Amino acid sequence: MKIQKVKKGILPVLLIAALYGIPFCVKNQYMLRIGVYVCIYSILACSLNLISGVCGQVSMGHAAFYGIGAYASALVAIHFGINWVVCVIAAAIAAGVIGVLIGIPALKLSGGYLVICTVGFGELVRLILLNWVSLTRGPMGLVNIPRPVLFGVTIKSGSQYMVVALTLFLLIYLILHNILNSKYGRNLKAIREDEIAAETMGIHVHREKVIAFAIAAAMAGAAGSLLAHYMLFISPTIFVGDFSTNILSMVVLGGMGFMPGSVIAATLLTVIPETLRGLDKYRMLIYGFLLIGLMLGKNVSWETTALGRWGAGIWGKIRQRRGLKEGDGKV
Amino acid sequence: MLLEVKGMNTFYGNLHAIWDIDIQVEEREVVALIGSNGAGKSTLLKTIAGSIPMERGSMVYDGKSFGPGYGRKASMMVKMGMTLCPEGRHIFPRMTVEENLKMGGYTRKKGELSAGYDRVYSLFDRLKERRSQPAGTLSGGEQQMLAIGRALMSSPRLLMLDEPSLGLSPLLTEKIFELILEIRNQGTTILLVEQNAVSALSVANRGYVLKVGHITGSGTGKELLESQEILDSYLGG
Repeated sequence: MKIQKVKKGILPVLLIAALYGIPFCVKNQYMLRIGVYVCIYSILACSLNLISGVCGQVSMGHAAFYGIGAYASALVAIHFGINWVVCVIAAAIAAGVIGVLIGIPALKLSGGYLVICTVGFGELVRLILLNWVSLTRGPMGLVNIPRPVLFGVTIKSGSQYMVVALTLFLLIYLILHNILNSKYGRNLKAIREDEIAAETMGIHVHREKVIAFAIAAAMAGAAGSLLAHYMLFISPTIFVGDFSTNILSMVVLGGMGFMPGSVIAATLLTVIPETLRGLDKYRMLIYGFLLIGLMLGKNVSWETTALGRWGAGIWGKIRQRRGLKEGDGKV
Repeated sequence: MLLEVKGMNTFYGNLHAIWDIDIQVEEREVVALIGSNGAGKSTLLKTIAGSIPMERGSMVYDGKSFGPGYGRKASMMVKMGMTLCPEGRHIFPRMTVEENLKMGGYTRKKGELSAGYDRVYSLFDRLKERRSQPAGTLSGGEQQMLAIGRALMSSPRLLMLDEPSLGLSPLLTEKIFELILEIRNQGTTILLVEQNAVSALSVANRGYVLKVGHITGSGTGKELLESQEILDSYLGG
């Protein structure tokens, strides 16, 4: 039993080690930049997955929380010059509090009404960022955002920042993983499956939804902080409705309620547009077709494809052999 | 007395659905609410459970009294041992049978869950066979059993069943009513809403007849079964 448990633990550890290997092996700054974006978008996709995939409350305003976090973090850093860790926490709290405030009335709605409401909220936040010039400098954006300083080291190079982004992403992923496997995670799934039944089980449906919304918003806020101190410049054009749609398509492509899927989809939808850069003006056209193809292909069961059958056959043989060996050991 | 409702009124917007209703439920009784479509039976149950706010009136449950308004929530009532098994099953289709039951025991402590499983599995042996199967793959009758079993997981003192025979064959209906009696014999009080008036009244100690939001008759199950008015209105006599 113990050995099996250790074996189960090895795979994630190896995976995490491999991920941390990337910033040390890759020296290409452009590749590292993509790596940082994958981390940021993965945080966004996973956090949106909590509220939209796991709990079933589809939101199209996630970029707004990302923006609130980015501006909160940048403003705190510029005006008070505090350590970056405090800025991230401030960003998460700011986004989380606004998440609660907007969640309390909005989550009384469901389905399409909630979608429209969150679209409206996203637009509202964008317009406030654009027009509150005395605070946000409006369309000119915030400049001179300080670089993060951790343990006395200024995070300057791409590889250093990749390590920071990866750590924050892994931390958030771990939190989400634990939420999903907790009693609270089961409540959220029950709400997605059947709200009436969840209520009659004694679950305070509205409160649980608002908490999930706040957690997702806080995580998006942390992602915003990550972006602000990496770009060193932010403007309202980053946090538009289009971007909310992008995050939602990552969640849908990866599978609603399936966290690893969100990470894979966030990676794909970040890397694909970059690799298509050579195609110049046809880039977004081909990206669009690829997106349609991916969505259509996503529901095709892996086992039914030729490659899948071949792979499953080999995997089956490996497992069979392992089973025999384990059996031998016991005798 | 476990539950006493006095002058209960419920509205859907401007629509006055429930008019000055008085009901009493004694400990360890099966009480049936019967009436035709749109009589307000389900609305009455939902109001008692706290899913819909009571506009006027009062309610005493387990010695605690509640007034009208939005303050009383369904989640609160479940903790006090009042569980509604809603109409149309409402199981969680993509969760397994056991996970559904686990959700039912949401208000219970972890240590109390296994006793709950044992009770449900001994009542519905079919569910034990299928415990690791997604609930959506169960047959209609099994889903209804799961819905009742799930409601029992909160170990309610008052179990409210909304149309437990909905969409079931006559044979299964009979089985469900037998189980209802068994649950009562184990010490759970049951408030039952049914369109299937004959079956409901034959297991009920007492019954109330609802007509467009008003109570038009009440009595023991036997009395109501024999009353001419009931025969004419609901039993197609």
